Amino acid sequence: MTPFSYHKPASVSEAVSLADASSRFIAGGTNLVDLMKENVVRPNRLIDISGLGLNGIKATSNGGVLIGALVSNADLAWDPIIQQHYPLLSEAILAGASPQLRNMASTGGNLLQRTRCYYFYDTGTPCNKREPGSGCPARTGLNRIHAILGASDACVATHPSDMCVALAALEAVVHVQGPASERKIPFADFHRLPGDAPERDNQLATDELVVAIELPPPVFEHHYRYLKIRDRASYAFALVSVAAALSLDDGVIQQARLALGGVAHKPWRDTVVETMLAGQAPSQALFTQAAHTLLQGAQPLSHNGFKVTLAQRAIVRALSEAVLGVAAGGTTP
Amino acid sequence: MSATAPEGVVEHPIRLTLNGQPRSLQVPPWTTLLDLLREQLDLVGTKKGCDHGQCGACTVLRDGKRINACLTLAVMCDGAELVTIEGLASDGELHPVQRAFIRHDAFQCGYCTPGQICSAVGLVYEGHADTREAIREQMSGNLCRCGAYGNIVAAVEEAMPLMMDAARRQGGSNS
Repeated sequence: MTPFSYHKPASVSEAVSLADASSRFIAGGTNLVDLMKENVVRPNRLIDISGLGLNGIKATSNGGVLIGALVSNADLAWDPIIQQHYPLLSEAILAGASPQLRNMASTGGNLLQRTRCYYFYDTGTPCNKREPGSGCPARTGLNRIHAILGASDACVATHPSDMCVALAALEAVVHVQGPASERKIPFADFHRLPGDAPERDNQLATDELVVAIELPPPVFEHHYRYLKIRDRASYAFALVSVAAALSLDDGVIQQARLALGGVAHKPWRDTVVETMLAGQAPSQALFTQAAHTLLQGAQPLSHNGFKVTLAQRAIVRALSEAVLGVAAGGTTP
Repeated sequence: MSATAPEGVVEHPIRLTLNGQPRSLQVPPWTTLLDLLREQLDLVGTKKGCDHGQCGACTVLRDGKRINACLTLAVMCDGAELVTIEGLASDGELHPVQRAFIRHDAFQCGYCTPGQICSAVGLVYEGHADTREAIREQMSGNLCRCGAYGNIVAAVEEAMPLMMDAARRQGGSNS
């Protein structure tokens, strides 16, 4: 690890005042410390935010929930309020990482883990995300795990979070504190597609700190499914994952949410397909049509064409299991 | 492991409870908890496997919760209560999970075993594993290249009620 200085501020404003382009905030450290060991990230200064007290999960006045940025992934997943009212989020979190990592990783840090691939980690190869302008070996190299949607010539890496796919489907709002003011960023706008600036994973400025994640009032307590397809039964990144949530009334879909993981530079939510599902009676034909529509713009690489079919089938299965409800679809495979 | 502190970079004082003993230490900010334990405190029971949080060999308990020591900066453990494999036995008696691992032959080469055992203790504390399937899933952060998984699950399954009994005895009349 390249040496750095360490600071532990006592307040959010002090933390933000210490931040600049050469510093990094650290909470759980599960991704950042690993990247620092590999010299992929070499901050001059670490700002330890673990003492800032952003640890609560509390009800908001409009019937939603405000999750402090430092709540651990494990505490969030097992929280009784989250389990009862936002079970999609619990299911997604528990599908990710390992128990050890979930005990360490924070809610805010989960959002800020890097979109990445093995070339990004390997400092012996070029990578536009690590060194802008150096090139992308993944496009013509090993790209089985890479993006099929929304990628660019510059970058085909995927965002590996499971939690964030559920947060995208649930329309979370990210509360961010900067030096001058706080702002709220809708989840769909928080992460970026790579475009020609893949070094930037999200919209945060270097001196902005995620302080909380807000969930709107619960809608999808009964008909939901987080389906994760991976190379082994547990503790692996998604090849494809699907967060599906439905509200049903009298056999008709009132609202639908559909987001995918493992396919793009950010959690991939498709509101056009969601609109297509609303007002319809659930059926295999409808879900198949939705799956085909969502993947219409897919641009697979040389090794990951299988992801298109896999994603289509996973969408149909996740939606079908969401319709069946908690009893049928509520456990992680 | 850790480099020498360059000029202008200070070592930081930390206080922690390690296997029941209070410790005051000076650490450079880039020293991981794993390197602190193994290289400075001679507690080599905690193993360095992948050093990337993928294998679980470095699992220790921080404030009762299992973590990967390889991805934890020691400086961020100020005030923490840490338990490593060396701290599980008490009064010369092995911990119920340690006894169960021996009884079930839950290891071959033994390299992953300290991490497996600390992880299993954390799993029981967490209290979410109520089936064999759940134990398998919640031990997935610990790899065993010898493939002793079947016996590991059996050992954890057996130790779980014993640990709970022991906790109840220590907790007195709390029913």
